[in-house]
Amino acid sequence: MNRLQGSGLRVYTLIYLAFLYAPIVLLPIFAFNNATVIAFPLQGFTTNWFVQMAENPTLRQALLNSLLIAVSASVLATCLGIFAARASTRFDFRGKGPVMGLIMLPLVLPEIIVAVSLLVVLLAAGVGLSIFTVILGHTLICMPYAVAILSTAFSSLDKSLEEAAYDLGETKWSAFRLVILPLVMPGIVSALLMSFTISLDEFIIAFFLAGNQPTLPTYIFSQLRFPKSIPMIMALGTLLVLMSIVLLTLAEHFRRRGVARTGQTDTGGFI
Amino acid sequence: MTAAPQPLQPPVQPTAHASRGPARPPLDGRKAMIECRGVQKYYGDYHALRGIDLTIREGEFFSLLGPSGCGKTTLLRTIAGFEGIDGGVVLVDGRDMANVPANVRPTNMVFQSYAIFPHLTVAENVGFGLRRDPRSRAEKAAAVEDALGMVGLKGYGGRAAHALSGGQRQRVALARALILKPKVLLLDEPLSALDRKMREQMQVELIKLQRQVGITFVLVTHDQEEALVMSDRIAVMFEGEIAQLDGPEALYARPASRRVADFIGVMNFTPARIMGGGADHVTVAVPGFGTVDIPAANVSRADRGDAGPSIGFRPEAATLLPAGAEAPGRVTEGVIDEVVYYGDMTYYDVIMDGSDAYDGVPHEVRISMRNVFGREVPDVGTRVRVSWSPGSLVLFR
Repeated sequence: MNRLQGSGLRVYTLIYLAFLYAPIVLLPIFAFNNATVIAFPLQGFTTNWFVQMAENPTLRQALLNSLLIAVSASVLATCLGIFAARASTRFDFRGKGPVMGLIMLPLVLPEIIVAVSLLVVLLAAGVGLSIFTVILGHTLICMPYAVAILSTAFSSLDKSLEEAAYDLGETKWSAFRLVILPLVMPGIVSALLMSFTISLDEFIIAFFLAGNQPTLPTYIFSQLRFPKSIPMIMALGTLLVLMSIVLLTLAEHFRRRGVARTGQTDTGGFI
Repeated sequence: MTAAPQPLQPPVQPTAHASRGPARPPLDGRKAMIECRGVQKYYGDYHALRGIDLTIREGEFFSLLGPSGCGKTTLLRTIAGFEGIDGGVVLVDGRDMANVPANVRPTNMVFQSYAIFPHLTVAENVGFGLRRDPRSRAEKAAAVEDALGMVGLKGYGGRAAHALSGGQRQRVALARALILKPKVLLLDEPLSALDRKMREQMQVELIKLQRQVGITFVLVTHDQEEALVMSDRIAVMFEGEIAQLDGPEALYARPASRRVADFIGVMNFTPARIMGGGADHVTVAVPGFGTVDIPAANVSRADRGDAGPSIGFRPEAATLLPAGAEAPGRVTEGVIDEVVYYGDMTYYDVIMDGSDAYDGVPHEVRISMRNVFGREVPDVGTRVRVSWSPGSLVLFR
């Protein structure tokens, strides 16, 4: 058996996990601490920071902006990703390799390069900076993730399933809707959640393309200059962590249900 | 080399296949259900179908048999409408299928992978094709239950499709296709995913089902035994062409070419020299067999690449004689070189005396004998007498 006891690997594992998660554990601790300075010893329990957060109009605006951007970008990226993944797994066409390569390229391009080039192009084209331009940028960087997840989902499908539906009298579109779509639905949900998460905490592109509109990450960054608003940021962070956990649990739940329903073997998934 | 007479008769013609069993009405005179005329198909530069001509009759159990890559599946898919054709005509029930897409053709398909929709129940799978049917919900449910009953899955409607075994999936795929009452059922290697026992059971069930519903079945298979067991007629395909189209017995007894003979069952080949012939026979000299008059009906053609004329015979066409026994036909002698015991039967590889006369290499022939309880299986090295008749030899020239 693989026993880690006494091998030093156990210590390494503990340190590793502490490094990963200790900062996140600190978030809720200081979010409820009755002091403006982030330091031990803890002072007393308070929910003031949450109240302050809820009453802050700029933060509310930033949150709304971020949600609007994340929802739009993830839906756009997933829809476009469905087209690309379907085309690349089902059909052979000229230039398929280069086209798919270009779609996946933002995955490895430095984000700051993407952000600066987008900024230059948008300004040259006379497009004003707004939430809309951030949505475009986020769609671009979410696409590779959506395509990667969806390609896996599409390519695991037996081609004859679609042919069988067509043979049984359905049209090409209804065969897709009745057979392919339900079977790739777990992949679609995964792609949506992944894109949503990426967009929600994306900073660089939002910083360059949002104009004077705040998003959550740019707002948090701007507040770090004011020590007295840091506890409120801690409270905000606590909520975001909580939301992430809920989202990931949901995503995993849907994925497992999809796997069970179609009788495939569970290969682990993303989460 | 010798002045041999020209073939006295062209290679075996497609013969009317006799009915098997009293339940089977003869197929002669039935109307054509599928006609292919000069069907051509290219994949880029690859010539997949090289002018296929065939007629499949109504109610016939027809098989397309051949090794992988011979074009049999491509031909089936052109009939189904999944592949377009680059030349020729495909007619189903007298109607040109050129501009008829697969979803409105009067054909339905059972796929090699069965293509059972894993997210639906058994009943939803079987009733999938009835979605556009104007009948009431209750009538459709009854039709689904009937179809399930027909394939022996009564009461399975509520089960999840992904929880079924291979054999059950096969049955669901059959019910799903047959519920639409197609004129033709196309089956793409439907039994290849099943284990041997299940496969043999399903072969018999498919024959029964076909007789019960009476529609035309077209089966694609690479398994010659499966084709022989199930089909009324079989088209053997090599490299995009039909090499022979015949009933199972004719195909087995009188293969049209050496290649077909080699593909169907086991056949012994021994080089032969043509010595002459008459109106109804060809005289050949075969080392180990002597001079033999081969009936004209048993003369087939050799294939490109064959070294020269050869004779072939099936392992069961010869018998090892017990000591002192007399036999009709001819008797030659040889030595047992190998014994392969199968329980119900034994294969003996026999080296006939003088079989090395032409090329200095002794040629073995494989002879099969049904084992009889109490009869000893002769051992390697035993001298034996082999009984055979010229009528069971086929000449490839």
